[in-house]
Parts: sequence; C-alpha cells; structure tokens
Amino acid sequence: MTTATAEHLRHSVWTTYVFSTDHKTIAKQYLAQGLFWIVVGGLLAGAMRWQLAWPDTKVPLLGEIGPEVYNMLVTMHGTIMVFFVAMPILLGAFGNFLIPLMIGARDMVFPRLNMLSVWTFALASLVMLASFFVPGGAASAGWTGYPPVSAKPVYTGVTWGINLWILGLALEFASFLMGGVNYLTTAIVLRAPGMTLARVPLVVWQQLTAAALFLLSVGPLIAGAVMLLMDRTLGTGFFSPELGGDPLLWQHLFWFFGHPEVYVVLLPALGFVLEVLPVFSRKPIFGYRWIIGATVVAAALSFIVWAHHMFISGMDPRLAMPFSVTTILISVPFAYLIFAMIATLWRGSIRFDVPMLWALGFLTMFIGGGLTGIFNGSAPADIYLSGTYFIVAHFHYTLFSTVFFGGFAGVYYWFPKMFGRVLHGGLGHAHFWLTLVFFNVTFFPMHHLGLAGMVRRIANPLQYDALVPHQWINVLATYGTLCLLAAQIPFAINILWSWLAGAPAANNPWNATTLEWAAPSPPPHLNWGARVPTVHRGAYEYSVPGEPLDWLSQDSAPPARTETGSPR
Amino acid sequence: MIAHVEIPGLPAGIAPGKVAVWWFLASEIMVFGGLIATYIVFRLGGSGWAEASHHLNVTLATVNTLVLLTSSYTVVQAFVAAERRDARAVRGHLALTILGGFIFLGLKAVEYTTEIRAGFTPGTGIFWSFYYMMTGLHALHVIGGIVVNGAVLATEGVSVRHPHRVELAGLYWHFVDVVWIFLFPLLYLA
Repeated sequence: MTTATAEHLRHSVWTTYVFSTDHKTIAKQYLAQGLFWIVVGGLLAGAMRWQLAWPDTKVPLLGEIGPEVYNMLVTMHGTIMVFFVAMPILLGAFGNFLIPLMIGARDMVFPRLNMLSVWTFALASLVMLASFFVPGGAASAGWTGYPPVSAKPVYTGVTWGINLWILGLALEFASFLMGGVNYLTTAIVLRAPGMTLARVPLVVWQQLTAAALFLLSVGPLIAGAVMLLMDRTLGTGFFSPELGGDPLLWQHLFWFFGHPEVYVVLLPALGFVLEVLPVFSRKPIFGYRWIIGATVVAAALSFIVWAHHMFISGMDPRLAMPFSVTTILISVPFAYLIFAMIATLWRGSIRFDVPMLWALGFLTMFIGGGLTGIFNGSAPADIYLSGTYFIVAHFHYTLFSTVFFGGFAGVYYWFPKMFGRVLHGGLGHAHFWLTLVFFNVTFFPMHHLGLAGMVRRIANPLQYDALVPHQWINVLATYGTLCLLAAQIPFAINILWSWLAGAPAANNPWNATTLEWAAPSPPPHLNWGARVPTVHRGAYEYSVPGEPLDWLSQDSAPPARTETGSPR
Repeated sequence: MIAHVEIPGLPAGIAPGKVAVWWFLASEIMVFGGLIATYIVFRLGGSGWAEASHHLNVTLATVNTLVLLTSSYTVVQAFVAAERRDARAVRGHLALTILGGFIFLGLKAVEYTTEIRAGFTPGTGIFWSFYYMMTGLHALHVIGGIVVNGAVLATEGVSVRHPHRVELAGLYWHFVDVVWIFLFPLLYLA
C-alpha cells in the first residue's frame, strides 16, 4: 500500500543488494537470473544440435546422449528459454526498470510485493534447476507437456522431474502474476503530473498489455496444471480416455495460454524497438495512437486463435476454418505495427548505433517469421507443415528475433542508464553481425529440412532413409549454432568489462526524450530529487520544426507565450 | 536524503489496493472460469454424470452454502464497523467470518470422508476427478481467505488504522463465496 515510505530510506548491504525493494535493483536481479538461464538454455541447445548433426557420438563434456536425454534437452531448452529467459529479462528486468522511471514515479506502487515477486522467481529457478538432479532426470515430455506422455510417469520414466517442472512453472506464474498486478496498478495510480495515458511511452503500453494478457490467459493453464499433477499423483482421469477424460483437453488449456504467452514475450521486445527507432531516426514514431490500438486489438485476438496449434491434433475438423480465419486476421494489427516501424525510418536521419542495429535486425528477422506464420496459420498448409522443422524455423525466427534481437536492442540502449557506464561500440558491432549471420545459418536451412519431412523431437535423423540425403543441412545448422553460441562471447566480455571499468555514461547519451533519460545515470534510490518531474509533452518530439535541438524531453516546459498569444 | 516524498498523480478516489485486488481477481476468475467451462463441455459430451452426482450429500452442501453466504454478510459488517473505526466490532465480525470458513472446511472434510469410505475416490471416474479437483481448489481458496482475514483481524481488529484492508479482504472472501455459488448447482444439483 505504501510507496516510497520511510522504510525505503533505511539501507544496509542486505536491503540494498539482496532484499531490496528498489525497482531498479529488482530489475537487475531478474536480469542476472535471466542471463544465468540463457547460458543453461543455450548450452542445452548446443548439445541437442550436436546430437542431430553427429547422432550418438560423444558430446563434449556431456558424453553420449541417448533418445531419453535428448527428450530432456528439448523439453528443458524450450521451458527455460520461454519462462526463465524471455519472461524475466523482457518483463521482469525491463518492466521493473522502465515503468516507474518512464512514468515519473519513485518506485512501484507495491515495493514489497515486487521483492516477493523476484524471490518467488528465484525459488522457481531453484526448483527448475533441482529437477535436473533428481532420479530419472528432468522433465522430458516436451515444453508443451502434452498428455498422455506427461500424465503417466511410466511413459517417460521421469517421475519427480515432471512434478518439479509443474511446481517450478507454478512458482514462476505466481511470480509474474504478482509482477503483473504491480505493473498495472503502478501505471494506473503513480503517473507523474501531466503524464496522461496519451503521453505514456509505447514500451510502457506494451509492458502493460503484456501484463494484462498474462493475467487473463494463465488461469486456465493453472487449472490444467493442477489437473496434470493430480493425474500423475492422485490417479484422476482428466487426460485418460479410459476414465472418461481426454488428452486434447490439455492442448486446449495449454494453448489458450500458450498463444497469448507468445505475445506476452513479444510485446515488451516490440516496445524496445518502438523506443529505439525514433531515437536513432530522429523522427517521431509513426502513428502513436494507432500503435496502441493495434497492440490492444492483437492482444484481444490472441485469445481466440489457440487451436491453430492443434490442426493435426485430432480435434473436430470443423474448428479448423474459424481458427484459420482469426489467425490470419491477427496479422492485420501486426502488419500495421511493422509498417509503422518502417514509416518511422522513412526519411529519418538514421544513426547506426548498436541499439539501432539490433532494432533493425529484429524488424527484418521478425518479418521472416511473420511470413512463415501465414503458412502455418492456414489449416490446409499447416496440415503438411505441423510438427516439422518448418515450425521450428518459424518460431525461432519470431521468438529468437523477439527475445534476442529485441532484447539486445533494449540491453544496449538502456545499459548506460541501468549501470551508469557506456558499452564498447566495437564489441557491440561484432556481437550484432556475428549473431545475425549465424542465426540465419542455424535456422534458415531448417525451413528446408521441415519441407523435406524432418519432424520435430527426433533424436537421430539418420534412422530415416528419406532424411539421410539432407543430413548435411543438419551439420550446417549445428555449425551455425556453435558459432552463434561463440558469438555471444563478445557480449559477455562487453557487459562485464563495461560494468566494471567502462567510461561513465552521461545522463542522456542518445539525446532521447523519455523521462528515464532526465534522471541521473544510474538513477538514485527513489529516482528523482526533491520533486518528481512534471510532464509537458508527448514521448516522441524529435526534430520539431523551429526548435534549436532536435529533441524535446517530456519534462521540458513549453515555450513562454508572447503577448499576442502565439508561441515565440 | 529526501525529506519529503509525495505520491504524485494519484487520481482522487482510486485506491491502489483496490485496483490491484481487482486485477488479481480477474486472473482468479480465469482460473475458475476455465475450469467451469471445461466441466460444462465435458459434461455435455459425456454420460453417467448425473448418476455419479447423486452420490453426493446435497444436505450438507446446502448447509455449507448457507454458512458461506452468512460469512459474506459478516465480512461486510466487519467493513461497516471498520469505517466506524469500531475495532471491537471488526474483531467480532471477522472472527465470525473465519469461523464460517472453518465450519465450511469441517463439513467438506466430513463429505470427503464419507465419499472416500463409500469407494468414490479421485480415480473412480471423470465426474469424481472434477468433483475433487474443483472443490479441492475452492477449499484451498477458503483456506487462503481464512489466512487473509486472520491477518487483517490481527491488525485492524486491535485498532482500525487501515479500514480499506478489511474491504480488500472482504472482496476476496466474496469471490471465494461466488465461486461456490457456481460449483454448488453444477456439481450437486445438475
């Protein structure tokens, strides 16, 4: 109930760095955990790719991988990347860091709930990590956990691994429910004077839409997770046809959440790009209000598209056409968003700083993923493509571009504000170009593999005669993956070295207009001096005609009026 | 150090706690909404549900419904008392509300026991899977409501400093009550 009360001002090492209620520290705690999980999730992917290129040979450090371990790698890679990398970094870290600063608040409205949220996430991380070390190993029923495989321990040989997987996800959901309630309430009640909803920066709109989407979509999956746990431990029959249940029920509950969840991850990253593009084009964002409208429409539509994940599941085929229609419909608001981004670039004074490179990388790569989405959303095409590497290629073009291209745009753009240090430009350029090239080397050929008939989640493609002639593509993709992993080394060096010894950052190194750049770098506890800023204008006033500077900060007062009443 | 910390831009009449509780309840509605929708779809598409349902104890469940409804009344009275800053009445009404919660759980335990003794376990069939899951999840929410009301009782029942906390606890308690209003006819009467 309190914001910035006296207890906020008492500091010790524990309350400053560990049990902190400061939204900026909590953001860094989310970031640190997300970065840890990137390493785990990335190495799991490396091991998977090794097995696919050179089946049943010894993976460096891991030894030989059988099909069971391969299933575990697939499952945990997907789970970790979506729930323990994308969400803590894009929502947890950036939502926490940006929302109070960008709306001119001193902190979240419920700072202690915020702390509880990050520590609940830490507990979820611990449970998920522990699941690797229990007898039987970690979950291996796929990141979507489809029954019947997931519902009966004998089908996978994994008992506690899947139980802990459900528990870890439940804790993660609890963490982000607390965070989401906090974000939405903060933005409703704590905006600075003058910060009307039509002046709120787009990334905040995206974070809030994502938070609302998560709150409203996760419920049925929570119910489904309780059912799955009861099927596994108490012998209920929700997913067992012999008891009157139905395995398809899980797919409906999972994807009712699963599709909005894709946008929970996408929207914040889209927000980073929407912030970066005007700053490095020195132009106002194109169609601010329409972008908000398109976002809300896309979010609403995401509740009625879920069965496009289930065209070959055996559901009633009469459902296919309605869900195809809604799926194709959802490309309308997204096409608008993409066109708004391109229109923002149009005739801008484009600066190719590192954040801008990542933003442009997101834009181009995401368009690739969006186009293949049209194939998948159309039931007749998807019946052929579903469950193949074409799908793997599609969702890596969308999700990798979101989480990594979008995420890195955010990291490189806000690092100076977060840590008060400047990142090294050369290392940033190397990181970007290597990632761009090897991302495409890894994932582009997978479209072909999928069309050639390689299905997902097989541990050894050489067992299938039809796939043997295409094995060189698997080898190529694996070399791509190993290089993609190595391409992250310049990033690791850059953030560590810059964090410890980088040049101090100015308050507003990019000449940007939004409020966080009006605070010191890094912002102190409670963000602002004696008074919070007063907002006088919208978030994207770049290159305003007649102004001496090509940017007007949101808190800069309007020019004094002359006696005749006209400005200046 | 900052001496003065203001809460800027807080529109009059919007209490942060209330906004947050409503967002939380919206997500809870989706949990039970998804569950109830699933139950209805399965029941419409299956057979044998009504016979299984006849083994439930409608009398005890009716008493339980009345107990929960009464506790919703007492929690409103607790809020009325809190607005008067009458800590003694807050204490009394919240204690009655919590008592109602415990009576509900006690009767539910009696029901579970007789049903399991009669051989109806969660694995007996799909109706029983839904029955135990839906009432069990609801019972967990009743326990949660008892904890919340207890926490409010421990502070506001001594001296009323934050009357809105009684209101927020009451909002949640009403939600738990409303869920039961849906579960009772769906499981026992239909």
